[in-house]
Amino acid sequence: MALVASARPRQGRSVLATTLLLLGAAYCLLPVLWVLIASSKSAGELFSTFTLAPSTHLWDNLVGLDDYRDGLYWRWMANTALYAGVGAAVSTFVSAMAGYALAKFEFRGKSLVFNLILAGVLVPGVLLAIPQYLLLAKAGMTNTYWAVLLPSFISPYGIYLARIFAAASVPSEILEASRIDGAGDWRTFTRVVLPMMRTGLVTVFLFQFVAVWNNFMLPYIMLGDDRLYPITVGLNGLLNQGANQPAMYTAVVTGALVSIVPLIALFLALQRYWQVDLAAGGVKA
Amino acid sequence: MSLTMDRPAVATSPVVSRPRTRRTGVPYAFLAPALVLFTLFLAAPILYAGYLSLRKTQVSGLGLGKASRTEVWAGLSNYARSLTDPDFLPSVWRVGAYGLIVVPTMLGLALLMALLLDAARTRESISKFARISIFLPYAVPAVVASLLWGFLYLPRVSPITDLFESAGIAAPNLLSNDLTLWAVANIAVWGGTGFNMIVIYTALRAVPTSLYESARIDGASDVTIALRIKIPMVMPSLVMTFVFSMIATLQVFAEPMTLKPLANTISTTWTPLMKVHRDAFTRNDLYAAAATSVIIALAAFILSFGFLKLVGRRAFSQED
Repeated sequence: MALVASARPRQGRSVLATTLLLLGAAYCLLPVLWVLIASSKSAGELFSTFTLAPSTHLWDNLVGLDDYRDGLYWRWMANTALYAGVGAAVSTFVSAMAGYALAKFEFRGKSLVFNLILAGVLVPGVLLAIPQYLLLAKAGMTNTYWAVLLPSFISPYGIYLARIFAAASVPSEILEASRIDGAGDWRTFTRVVLPMMRTGLVTVFLFQFVAVWNNFMLPYIMLGDDRLYPITVGLNGLLNQGANQPAMYTAVVTGALVSIVPLIALFLALQRYWQVDLAAGGVKA
Repeated sequence: MSLTMDRPAVATSPVVSRPRTRRTGVPYAFLAPALVLFTLFLAAPILYAGYLSLRKTQVSGLGLGKASRTEVWAGLSNYARSLTDPDFLPSVWRVGAYGLIVVPTMLGLALLMALLLDAARTRESISKFARISIFLPYAVPAVVASLLWGFLYLPRVSPITDLFESAGIAAPNLLSNDLTLWAVANIAVWGGTGFNMIVIYTALRAVPTSLYESARIDGASDVTIALRIKIPMVMPSLVMTFVFSMIATLQVFAEPMTLKPLANTISTTWTPLMKVHRDAFTRNDLYAAAATSVIIALAAFILSFGFLKLVGRRAFSQED
């Protein structure tokens, strides 16, 4: 062991690798660091003091954000949590059912359904946005919570992932055993299959949660009433107002900071679920 | 429905292996919600977009009142109109140039960082810190990312300005005509590198380390191992990240829309998708918007399938 270790020139390359990794980290953290500092500045200081010099107005800015149109900002946050939470939960459940059926049953039309789902993975969202808007307008559902929720219930990629998890984590013998014990198909699914797929389903949920949370175009075109906005559309609107009244910029910057805190917390807490193998479609947890 | 009908069969049948035919409805019942949603929110909109792209409004008389406007077949005239629109081609070239900057830079950086992490030549704590930091931007929505970078680009805020000024040189305006494309590209690279890095890193972790050991005994250096063993082993992941990045690039929308109030160099048709949005919602010309959407979608399909054919790999296999 000692021989092998000393034979490798560890030191030199390790410095270069460390430097490069830290540079990458610095680049990625710079805007986050900036928003932390900028949120502490008053409207006047934002454009006048040195970029990375913090100030003492964070609390005032939060109060200002809270005051904006009677706390509309918090409503945007709650809307976002609703869209992302409910959208991801329903889509995960729908994906789990479909993935289980595709992985564990033989039936006519199986490969047709599977190929449709795969094509769906590659469909660019752009093709969908406008016709989805028109179809929901015909159903009288634009400018309602449903307009953003319903399209987020279906995720072809989620179904694809769920199918792989079901194939990998649900042994057919256990299904047989459950049937022999007299459990119906639904009971087998909810009591046996779902718990076995749990780790994979957390990943499906996270994927869809982030996708909905980040979504901009769909709510942007679907919603007219700013009380229904998610945070992305709300902040975009605030920034547009800032172009006319620069005092709004403080609210924009503070709002941006507050909006990324929950997602970053979620990220750090659930890190281990984020080991994604796109090519194999699998996840290693 | 068939789920509940199944139950009596279980109770009355003492046989362990039930006839398959009894259960034929079950997989369809499990698939039903997905198929209904797929049809309503994916298939129907796609078909409707195709249909709309072939229609137009005909105005008769003075064009007043509802009855004077009727929808008729337009053939391919909307497509011809889209393709010859003076705003369309510039937006296409812009996105092409944007893609040429973003995709190789983002995936190159992602691969480099994944290889560095995998080589584990740094202290555990540092590599963990770097991994989390680089992945963090994935948690930041494109709108918020654009907002943060947008302020950092503003000459009055930008630390780059301070840097240049302290050196006594006039600072470049990052939101000027020449640099806007790079400024938007930087946001996409910032937001996407970490996710792709994690995908590649996961694939690298799956490579059996015995492969490296024998190469090392043969005298291969870290760089040689990376180029000759690691990169070929993670090629399928690179192919997939490339395809997904390409599709995402063609649809760039949130970043320029958010930067627009900060940069007057971004027009309402800066990218093809922004043109779709303008046609549909500013000009009320849904037909042109539908035709342009179909063109972008076809481009995405042709590029992604063409690329997958080129590298000779199937995107997804049905085998496990």
